[in-house]
Amino acid sequence: MAEASTREIYGKTLVELGRQDKDIIVLDADVSPSTMTNSFAHEFPERFFDCGLQEQNMIGIAAGLAASGKTVFASTFAVFVVCRCFDQLRLCISQPNLNVKIVATHGGISVGEDGISHQAIEDLALCCALPSFTVVVPADAIETAEAVRAAAGASGPFYIRLGRPKTPIVYPEGYHLTLGKAVTMRQGKDVTIVATGIMVVKALEAADILARQNTDCRVINMHTLKPLDEAAIVKAASETGAIVVAEEHLAQGGLGSRVAQTLAKEKPVPMEFVNLGDRYAMSGKAEELLQRYGLTPGNIEESVKSAVKRK
Amino acid sequence: MPKKALSENASPSNKLNLSTAELKETAKKLRRHVITMIATAGSGHPGGSLSAADIITALYFRVLRHHPENPRWSERDRFILSKGHAAPILYAALAEAGYFPVAELETLRKMDSRLQGHTDMNLTPGVEMSAGSLGMGLSFAIGVALAARLDSRTYRTYALLSDGECEEGETWEAALAAAHFRVDNLTAMVDCNGMQLSGWTRDIMNLEPLVRKWQAFGWHVIDIDGHNLDQIIAAFLEAEKMKGKPTVIIARTTKGKGVSFMENNVAFHGKAPTREEAEKALKELK
Repeated sequence: MAEASTREIYGKTLVELGRQDKDIIVLDADVSPSTMTNSFAHEFPERFFDCGLQEQNMIGIAAGLAASGKTVFASTFAVFVVCRCFDQLRLCISQPNLNVKIVATHGGISVGEDGISHQAIEDLALCCALPSFTVVVPADAIETAEAVRAAAGASGPFYIRLGRPKTPIVYPEGYHLTLGKAVTMRQGKDVTIVATGIMVVKALEAADILARQNTDCRVINMHTLKPLDEAAIVKAASETGAIVVAEEHLAQGGLGSRVAQTLAKEKPVPMEFVNLGDRYAMSGKAEELLQRYGLTPGNIEESVKSAVKRK
Repeated sequence: MPKKALSENASPSNKLNLSTAELKETAKKLRRHVITMIATAGSGHPGGSLSAADIITALYFRVLRHHPENPRWSERDRFILSKGHAAPILYAALAEAGYFPVAELETLRKMDSRLQGHTDMNLTPGVEMSAGSLGMGLSFAIGVALAARLDSRTYRTYALLSDGECEEGETWEAALAAAHFRVDNLTAMVDCNGMQLSGWTRDIMNLEPLVRKWQAFGWHVIDIDGHNLDQIIAAFLEAEKMKGKPTVIIARTTKGKGVSFMENNVAFHGKAPTREEAEKALKELK
């Protein structure tokens, strides 16, 4: 499967947007070679501000710029912008509903060798807790470009979570993302796997394995966690009777919690969850970590079987 | 509207360009509003509103270029209240300047009021930032000042901080960044009333020498008596002339200024006066 870097495409898309709109401003906190906002910095130096190792200050500056009519993209690693700056995200951006797009890289444990200080596994719960935020986790580079364009075109705060490693391409060129509208990647009638981010491709692999065992899986890419496409979830629960949610995040507060909350009210069916549970990971290669912490197609396959058994 | 030089004599017909004598009377009036509002609400922070009253009066009735009837006028000077708990003195100034009816002040902190306990930029005409969690305003002000530079606009940005807020790390992040980005269209003021919620700032987390700290961070620093209107106005004029670096006005003030029993009294950091106390305070502010 072809792979591409979501960070690289983020940088390229920023440049494309910067050419179209002179009110787009980009901020970074000393990690622009990693977040790849340096492409924008290179082409539009007057509209790029490196805030140094001042993430909280960066969020405040972003808010001030947005309050003055700018569309602001602010980037650094997910841990530092979400966990360190939660109060700033809340009061300076979420409450006043300002036009700031937080595009964070290095989400999840697939960050790898840098270990727990750099692995954002609480970020989706925290960002989904912020009332005015739209939260998007793209599945590949093509969807990343679409998400960044969509964020630039919509008003209000966004959190877009990208990863560090290259990601398999699951979409063809020309794919169009609609915010808040889940994508059915594969039709199926026995069970639905709702996945986000890097777990989408793993869900598709699991579905292939299960197809050979005569289990017909629907796979939904829930790229937008907030607002959640509740209709797609309820439809999937009604039509397939069981749901498995897969995400590179803690058990609490992320996609699993959000899907469960919807189904508890609208259409309770057997559910299983593929996630990190309630623990931190460690240093290691991305694939080794995903294996150790239960985020593989095999783990999804097991969860699907448990869910189907409970139907 | 062309910007008036601060040194020009005030025109008595223009309520936003008052003489020093008129400013003194206005400051007193705003202080009376603060007492009445907080007493009516039954909660709030009188101490830090009273210490900032002269600075805010000078800004809204002499220094700022603004149109109260058009709060979002693109060329207006921006005032960012970082010490959000001083919302009552800002509301009092905004009401007297004409942003909303003075009668609305009595709704402070009540359900469905536009006058929230701490500022809300989307609710209150004239309020530029949602504040109340300390240490965030200077960062926000840098963003506003940078936007002016990007758009070649001539407005100035003013940010009022408390001295207690200088204990927050983000304040010093912003202090570094403002000097680094050379935002000379930004004037910060520190309302140095020497006290914070639980006591004297020097006992809780000493900030001095504050002037040398800001200088070391790359700022032009003006140290003034924050209750002397002539000094306040002269400092704003000096700040406006300074090029290449931001200016901070260290305003030495008295917490609770103008009400004898509130002055330097930590109890009135965040406590409303009783009805009797309010009556006594209003008599003193006649």
